[in-house]
Amino acid sequence: MTIDTPGTGLDPTHDPTRASGLADPGSVSGITRSRTTTILGAVVLAGAGLWLFLAFGATDPDVRIVEGNEVGQYDAIRLMYVHVPAAITAYLAFFVTAVGSAMVLIKKSVWWDLVAGSSAEIGSVAAALALITGSIWGKPIWNTWWEWGDVRLLTTLVLFMLSLGYLAVRRLEGTAEERAKRSAIIGLLLLFNVILVNRSVELWADQTIHQQSTIADAKIEDLKAFTLYYSMLLGAVAYAWMLIHRFRLAWLERQYDRFGIDDAIARRHAEGASS
Amino acid sequence: MNHFEEIALIAGKDLRIEGRSRVALNQIAPFAILVIVLFGFALDADRTTLQTFTPGLYWMAVLLSSVLAVHRSVAVEAGEGAREGLLLSGLRPASVFLGKAVALVAQLLIVAIVLLGGVLIFYSASIEDPVLLVTSLLGAVLGVGAAGTLYGALLGSQRARETILPILLLPVLAPVLIAATRAFGDAMGTTGTDGWAWTQLLYAFAAIYTAFGVLSHGVLMEEN
Repeated sequence: MTIDTPGTGLDPTHDPTRASGLADPGSVSGITRSRTTTILGAVVLAGAGLWLFLAFGATDPDVRIVEGNEVGQYDAIRLMYVHVPAAITAYLAFFVTAVGSAMVLIKKSVWWDLVAGSSAEIGSVAAALALITGSIWGKPIWNTWWEWGDVRLLTTLVLFMLSLGYLAVRRLEGTAEERAKRSAIIGLLLLFNVILVNRSVELWADQTIHQQSTIADAKIEDLKAFTLYYSMLLGAVAYAWMLIHRFRLAWLERQYDRFGIDDAIARRHAEGASS
Repeated sequence: MNHFEEIALIAGKDLRIEGRSRVALNQIAPFAILVIVLFGFALDADRTTLQTFTPGLYWMAVLLSSVLAVHRSVAVEAGEGAREGLLLSGLRPASVFLGKAVALVAQLLIVAIVLLGGVLIFYSASIEDPVLLVTSLLGAVLGVGAAGTLYGALLGSQRARETILPILLLPVLAPVLIAATRAFGDAMGTTGTDGWAWTQLLYAFAAIYTAFGVLSHGVLMEEN
């Protein structure tokens, strides 16, 4: 029996086993790699090398002279090259989840359901990374691991919690269609919840001590700014790369759920007939 | 039957079950009181501290109790083919959602009122603006009822419901906790914020979740 595996890009109709010369229509291909992901993966790997060099080698610590005093974040600024892309990737990923969820409800599309779920997994890891690096950065700069007065911090934390709930719901029992509908509603609500939480925390905290966009204020210049932008781009590319792989894995899992047992039974029958 | 009759039918059914089983009154309300008593122990029964934090502690107790109330609201549909019966009844899904939400709000109101008596006695709380207090309380309970009914329906008869509902529902209710605490702070004179602005947020929250519940309940009823 043929299992249709998703191929290049996120197109499930394409069969990568044919393209990669691994074609064996009689077996389930467990490969989530294609030429696109190989290239993307290589770009991410090479990009990460350059990123390490820029973030930890080429750029200077943040030290500025303001009114004769030495101020700045010193080496803590290097955490920003992880923290900012992680936070942006998290929000991008959850936005994709919300869009995917809406598409599931509108088009009853399996494809979007798997995209939404895969994206949320990456998003929650990215959100956790953003929270952890932010906390480590906050200790020397704000002199606290956690700051209750900060809107973005609290919003991101609640978003992270919400995403854990979403992922828990995805793992509930039931048919694939039930699961898709259920998670789509929660996935779409993620967006509204984040807006509501953000708005209420904003009013509640009255103020934020979060760094306002430091690039715009020209506090970060030249190579540091370049490294920051570059790390955001790298984060986005890495996200795309992981999303494609995770999506394909989800697709294979789904195919296995649908056809795995039938396939195994058919094979046992064939064994019985041949012996 | 028109929409209102359908809503009244469903709400009446749930409230009749409550009237006979007294789960909200005999189990959930005492639990809520227990929570505020335990807060009293945790905060070393310091009268000033308790008074200052009465709004927050009160709403924490309401939220924790609401998780139980939502469980109960879902549980009455879980057994003995009740869900199938509801599907076969031909009632509009939107009416089922609203009916269940009305019943949940009514039960939460009972809990909230009992609890209000509790904080007045145990924490020596005082009410300075009764109109604001009642208005914000109603708005918050409407929001919790709508969101609770929606998330309860999402989980349906799932065995994992007990563990998933709190982590799903409580972060969603974070804005209600913030807004209701602030509004109560104003109504009880513990903080100098504008309680009416927060009350608006509570009603906006309730409106969003009611709309979402009405729109999505059709999809949900088919599956569970």
